[in-house]
Amino acid sequence: MQGIKDRVAIVGMGCTKFGELWDKNFKDLMVDACYEAFEDAGIEPKDIQAAWYGSRESGFTGSHLANALKLEYIPITRVENFCAGGTDTFRNACYGVAAGICDIALACGVEKCKDHFGGFTMDITDPFDRSMVEWELPPVSQFAQLANGYFNRYGLSYEQGKKTLAKIAVKNHHNGTMSPKAHFQREITLEQAINAPMISYPLGLFDACGMSDGGAAAIITTPEIAKSMRKDYVLVKALALANGGGQGKLRSDYDFSYIPETEEAGKLAYKEAGIKKPRQEIDIAVVHDCFTIAELLIYEDLGFSPRGKGPEDVEAGTFELTGELPVNTDGGLKCFGHPLSASGLRMIYEVYKQLQGKAGPRQVKKADIGLVHNVGGVCGYFNCAVAIFGRT
Amino acid sequence: MAVAAANDCLNGIDRGTVDGLYFATTTSPYKEKLGATIVAMAADLRQDIITADFAHSLKAGTSALRAAIDAVKAGSAKKVMVAAADCRLGIPGSALEQNFADGAGALLIGDKDVAVTVEASYSVYNEILDVWRADGDTFVRSWEDRFSSTHGYLDSVSEAVSGLMRKTNLSPKDFAKVVFYSPDARRYVELARQLGFDDKTQLQDALFAVLGNTGTAFPLMLLIAALEEAKAGDRILLASYGNGSDAFVLKVTEQVEKIRNRRGVKGHLASKKVITDYRKYLIWRGLLPQETIPGPIRFLSAPAVWREREANLRLHGVKCQVCGTIQFPPQRVCTKCHTKDQFEPYRLSDKKAKILTFAMDYVTPAPESPIVTTTIDFEGGGRMECYMTDLEVGQVKPGLPVEMSFRKIIVKDGAHNYFWKSIPIRT
Repeated sequence: MQGIKDRVAIVGMGCTKFGELWDKNFKDLMVDACYEAFEDAGIEPKDIQAAWYGSRESGFTGSHLANALKLEYIPITRVENFCAGGTDTFRNACYGVAAGICDIALACGVEKCKDHFGGFTMDITDPFDRSMVEWELPPVSQFAQLANGYFNRYGLSYEQGKKTLAKIAVKNHHNGTMSPKAHFQREITLEQAINAPMISYPLGLFDACGMSDGGAAAIITTPEIAKSMRKDYVLVKALALANGGGQGKLRSDYDFSYIPETEEAGKLAYKEAGIKKPRQEIDIAVVHDCFTIAELLIYEDLGFSPRGKGPEDVEAGTFELTGELPVNTDGGLKCFGHPLSASGLRMIYEVYKQLQGKAGPRQVKKADIGLVHNVGGVCGYFNCAVAIFGRT
Repeated sequence: MAVAAANDCLNGIDRGTVDGLYFATTTSPYKEKLGATIVAMAADLRQDIITADFAHSLKAGTSALRAAIDAVKAGSAKKVMVAAADCRLGIPGSALEQNFADGAGALLIGDKDVAVTVEASYSVYNEILDVWRADGDTFVRSWEDRFSSTHGYLDSVSEAVSGLMRKTNLSPKDFAKVVFYSPDARRYVELARQLGFDDKTQLQDALFAVLGNTGTAFPLMLLIAALEEAKAGDRILLASYGNGSDAFVLKVTEQVEKIRNRRGVKGHLASKKVITDYRKYLIWRGLLPQETIPGPIRFLSAPAVWREREANLRLHGVKCQVCGTIQFPPQRVCTKCHTKDQFEPYRLSDKKAKILTFAMDYVTPAPESPIVTTTIDFEGGGRMECYMTDLEVGQVKPGLPVEMSFRKIIVKDGAHNYFWKSIPIRT
């Protein structure tokens, strides 16, 4: 088994402004994201030989991308893998190049969420049925179950748990002030986060990411071609995907204090990239903080913090921009919002820019190895994508 | 409610021995479609049994009772369950609204080892427009009380009781207890006196102070309340009303001690919660409009509902015959040992469970806020994710013991979708 390490490179990326883009439709977002990527890579749309399009609720066929960009009869596959759809779209495009089927591929993820009331369509096929007996509530209640599971396992009081989560929100909002493309670009205080209105106990307003529209795109090629195009291309070191089979919903040995899908995807990615000590070897991580509790669990599931010690690392500032391992340097989903299939590519965009040293005021000093993480689904039934990137 | 009563009644009974289910109500969710089948499924009764709805009259509960008694006597069934339930509406602010209550009662009629013997029965009918609800009406209507009670209630019940006494050669002193349906808190006392019973010592309290008029279920519930206090040898008179009356002579046997492990009326009243917000009551009744979120309208798939009937109505999970792991909903491949298609059905509706984790949604519009969702682990194995109800917000925490309660989840396109919710264990 060869793996993906050093077999493909990113030579261009684009990312739209994320937010409530009332005046744009999903094809506008495709054009904006892809043309920035074409310009960044120094190529024309006609140079694209194959494309992958990630979307959950904005178009069911790859042809929409061809229509928006006027691509002429090339193969385009639509990818859907819930919240991990963006990273999975990228993964499929990389595999196309690594397989030698095409030399230059486009991966694009776009989501026009704000055409739905509130931004999130509730028309989700339930994990198990269509008989409409399962509870049907916004995702926050899924993650609230994880928060209560975590608090219960480690004996955290509501106040203790809430304070840790609030610190994560404050950190990400701080990073977001340096992200011109973020939906939210303002600081919040610890008190604001702790005292915000309750959404689903114990998660409040500032524990939740926003809902927004957005799109991002990447141009993928072989390292050989990449060298001829630019010096600061970024190499793919690992692409992992772990799909849960609802084990946590069926089996009593899962306690809702972690996400096994993240743990498994992390292990696969570290193995592929040859990473032994993630906390020491990874320079920046952009992870799926759809809710603050998700980011806390990710610290532990990806091996950044020992089990149960995430709150101590939060307290110590480990994951702040100036900390030992900066996480969500661009403000994360907290500030960008979460247009489902666009998020993964937006995260890759941040790692790409950081590794190139082009992240502006939020630039991390040493950025050689970067990690991207997406998780989607419902409690006990997630899917998770982890991707690792390097400069050399 | 009928399901809750039926399952309470079936406590300790082998469900496979029940040969029929008669469901009585004037407020069935459907005008065309059986309600009894829903109750039979949720009570996890066999498929090859007789099911029927008894409707359109407040004496439907006792009519179902007579039909069950006749079936068992005739030998066409060994055990028949009668479940009666009602949730009738009076116009907001009216005396009827104050008077009405929701409730259910269930009795299992059998041919041996019975707790109560049915010695005789007698029925009369009475064509009168005293209390009625036309097709399409939401609220119950009634003629003026003086007329209704005189020529409706008092006439019919007296006639039935007198007829029964004549038939059996019994007199008022032969009864330890008389159980009368009553339209309100006073009439049954008047009726008892008129018939020569001592209302102080013989008359079963109609529970208006703590319950109210529960319609078709009312005579059954009052009988259950009487049996909770009865002792072997007691003779009981039961009479209903609703366009006539069904009256019964019952005799309590030694076996009555064996049915004491039911929650019954006393147990359920002990777990009663008082709603202090009238607005909340109106919302639950569907009488106040509710905020909804615009968006794509999901459909209820009749094939999916049918396919999942064992899981959703019987609350059957599966137990892997190889590794013993209990799983809900039923699976094809075992989540633990990966064996394919080797499962046996496993009933979870009667198992106690504990909350593993939960969430409380304060934002999504709902009749009751917060919306509480729980992941629960059953005693003996099995895990389930479900809504929780009948709770106090402060009591919801990991480790809280819960039990299952059959509830309406959604009404869509005239289809009533039922499923199970967790509730704190009733004391």
